[in-house]
Amino acid sequence: MIKEFRLPDLGEGLTESEILSWKVGVGDTVTLNQVIAEVETAKAVVELPSPFAGVIKELHEQPGTIVEVGKPIVSFEVTDDAGTPPSASGDTAAGVREAEEGEAPKRQPNLVGYGAVVESSGRPTRRPRNFAAPVVERIQTMSVVEPVETTPVETQPVETRFAETTPGERPRSTPPVRKLAKDLGVDLAAVTGTGPSGLITREDVQSYLEGTPTEAPGADQPVPDSRETGAGERETRTPIKGVRKFTAAAMVESAFTAPHVTEFLTVDVTPSMELLARLKGSREFSALKLTPLTLAAKAVLIALRRNPALNARWDEANQEIVTFNYVNLGIAAATPRGLMVPNIKDADAMSLAQLAEALTALTETARAGKTTPADLSGGTVSITNIGVFGIDAGTPILNPGEAAILAIGAVRTMPWEYRGEVALRQIMTLSLSFDHRLVDGEQGSRFLADVGAILAEPGMVLAMV
Amino acid sequence: MRRLRAIVSTDGTGQGGTKAHNSAQGTHGPAHGLVQLITPSGERVSHPEFDFWVRDITDEQLCSLFEDMSVIRRIDVEATALQRQGELALWPPLLGQEAAQIGSGRSLRPDDFVFSSYRENGVAYCRGVDLTDLVRVWRGNASAGWDPYAVNMATPQIIIGAQTLHATGYAMGIQNDGADSVAVTYFGDGATSEGDVNEAMVFAASFQVPVVFFCTNNHWAISEPVRLQSHIQLADRATGFGIPSMRVDGNDVLAVMAATRVALDRARRGGGPTFIEAVSYRMGPHTTADDPTRYRDPNELEDWAAKDPISRAAALLDRKGLLTDELQQQVKDKADAVAREMRNGCTTMPDPRPLDVFKHVYSTPNSWLDRQQEHYARYLASFGDPAGATSEEGAR
Repeated sequence: MIKEFRLPDLGEGLTESEILSWKVGVGDTVTLNQVIAEVETAKAVVELPSPFAGVIKELHEQPGTIVEVGKPIVSFEVTDDAGTPPSASGDTAAGVREAEEGEAPKRQPNLVGYGAVVESSGRPTRRPRNFAAPVVERIQTMSVVEPVETTPVETQPVETRFAETTPGERPRSTPPVRKLAKDLGVDLAAVTGTGPSGLITREDVQSYLEGTPTEAPGADQPVPDSRETGAGERETRTPIKGVRKFTAAAMVESAFTAPHVTEFLTVDVTPSMELLARLKGSREFSALKLTPLTLAAKAVLIALRRNPALNARWDEANQEIVTFNYVNLGIAAATPRGLMVPNIKDADAMSLAQLAEALTALTETARAGKTTPADLSGGTVSITNIGVFGIDAGTPILNPGEAAILAIGAVRTMPWEYRGEVALRQIMTLSLSFDHRLVDGEQGSRFLADVGAILAEPGMVLAMV
Repeated sequence: MRRLRAIVSTDGTGQGGTKAHNSAQGTHGPAHGLVQLITPSGERVSHPEFDFWVRDITDEQLCSLFEDMSVIRRIDVEATALQRQGELALWPPLLGQEAAQIGSGRSLRPDDFVFSSYRENGVAYCRGVDLTDLVRVWRGNASAGWDPYAVNMATPQIIIGAQTLHATGYAMGIQNDGADSVAVTYFGDGATSEGDVNEAMVFAASFQVPVVFFCTNNHWAISEPVRLQSHIQLADRATGFGIPSMRVDGNDVLAVMAATRVALDRARRGGGPTFIEAVSYRMGPHTTADDPTRYRDPNELEDWAAKDPISRAAALLDRKGLLTDELQQQVKDKADAVAREMRNGCTTMPDPRPLDVFKHVYSTPNSWLDRQQEHYARYLASFGDPAGATSEEGAR
């Protein structure tokens, strides 16, 4: 007998999980509770124990796939006496059911996870009552917005359950997708849902970013598989997912919505380097990690005060320019999980020592791969330190939703004009990209000049603040 | 059929042991040392006061304690698997806390009454709770898993610490009855920060009622470490309420048993409440929906794995030459059988009917509820559901 195991809700109200790996292959004989797969939910990475003793007949989903709760993930060939207990009803409980050809997925009489299954139309179908005016069947048009984050449900009159979506209500989606949208800076109100009853899915958000409509649900999306690589391994095919996928989406979104302008300024930062050396010898700073980045970050924060236009966001949906009266300073970091731009909250309120501490903490957290989503969201302006790779200049792409990003080049000892003569000085190039929709060349140039002036002569701060 | 598992102290009636009892009490001031009778390597160390309280434990009983700890670990593993397989909505694992639960649970008399949190499934096993009833609530099939009076254990309390008040109230009842049974309440380290637990201790001390506050300090209140919640030992908190307390190695089944017997004995003699801090460690997640690797140092888990309660008991049995292949096989068979019975009971449990929801609201007829039930039955009938949802069988 073939038995299917359907993905259960592994953690109190989850709607989907990602298959990380299979621990078994087709044809393997497994025992009851033998670990067959590793699955990542929004809450935890967990191991799935086999609900049967039997032989693996089919693995329905590839590793790396995000599977909705209730979808079959593996089929077993089970002999009748294989030790699986008889079920309560013919149609067995929980994530297990006997496979039937072409059977449409239907709600199982069981537990958790299936209550939120999206394939049902959300409300039970009622028969029209003969003592009342016939209720028009409007189930198909029920793009219902649930009365979310509100008070008791029982106060809802029956009629409102059939209300059309009205503006101002929250678009229908699931918490992981809302979070994804938030992380990517996507306004869900602008996204068209292709899921049941207009539910916005993960794919909808991603395709919104890429500017393409989602395929109709049900269309099988082929999963790139490294095993398809031909003999000789002349190329390696890596599935695009995780941080790489988000980075790509964010970069495409940024590069093709915000018209980028990049300006360069090369500065003699010898006085800054001397200041750094003096600070390192002082009691207050001796224990802190001070680098050119620390001073550059401080210079950016001071320059932003004089040029607030660069600490702003283009709000397309509301047709507004949002100027921030605080600075959440993003720092691009190469992490084990890929490129991330965690930000230092309210960096403008920090002293140089606090900033140095925050930068160290941010980098260490990122390197350890422990950056939290909160660290990643809410940035207002960013710095990328390409100097650590020995690079002088580049044209950085804006972190989506931000108006400016400054790339800091390597500090090099070079012949430079100094007091009318050529001397060996320490030189650094600054590259500033800004969103030309809301920042004009004048504002961008003044900002960059200010940052350069501070690094060239830290004493200039006295003239600026 | 109730299967109570207990090793009631020979001194449970208060005969003898007065000297040891008194001297044990003398150690309960502030600055608690950790009471230990079995070291992590399985060495039986003597203790001037607590040895007395487990002097009646035979080799056979030691083997039986080992068996029980192994069985409840197996129950725990099976239930966790059932959750991963979609058969249970949630499960709060007790991995690492077996000695604390068996050592205390086995010390109780049938007429004592337990008020526990959701994690004391091992205590429930000792009380003779049916294995299917154990998972009933976690499957979402009932609001409560068993009849508390059938096993003298209230159904697990989900609200953190609320059960300590119930226990204190019950103990006031025992006092009024003039009985010598004891109310025992289980809670965790996090619960000691809750108002309910503090209120319960105030009342227990004021009325000097026969209640034992059994606090399993498993070091983590979900993701909050105990050191952030208390700058003193949890056992010292009780001192502030005028409640004598003990701090025992919660992974040492004999030390836990000795401490529990001391507390029970005091309560039975009219000596009032006792607070026991059993120092243990939650080796698994808070529940199956939790991922402790996000907030916990893996080294900490490794340190505690070396103090595992079951391997410690096994090492002691081994030193005594009792850990035979036969015993191990017997324990494994028992654990497997229990796991099989629980799995079978879980997966074949009939779903509740919609009208069952009205069943246990009031013990006597209530016209309001009757009306609601009638409305709901009519509502269900409007679906024309042939599945028998409206069957009167489910009604009160």
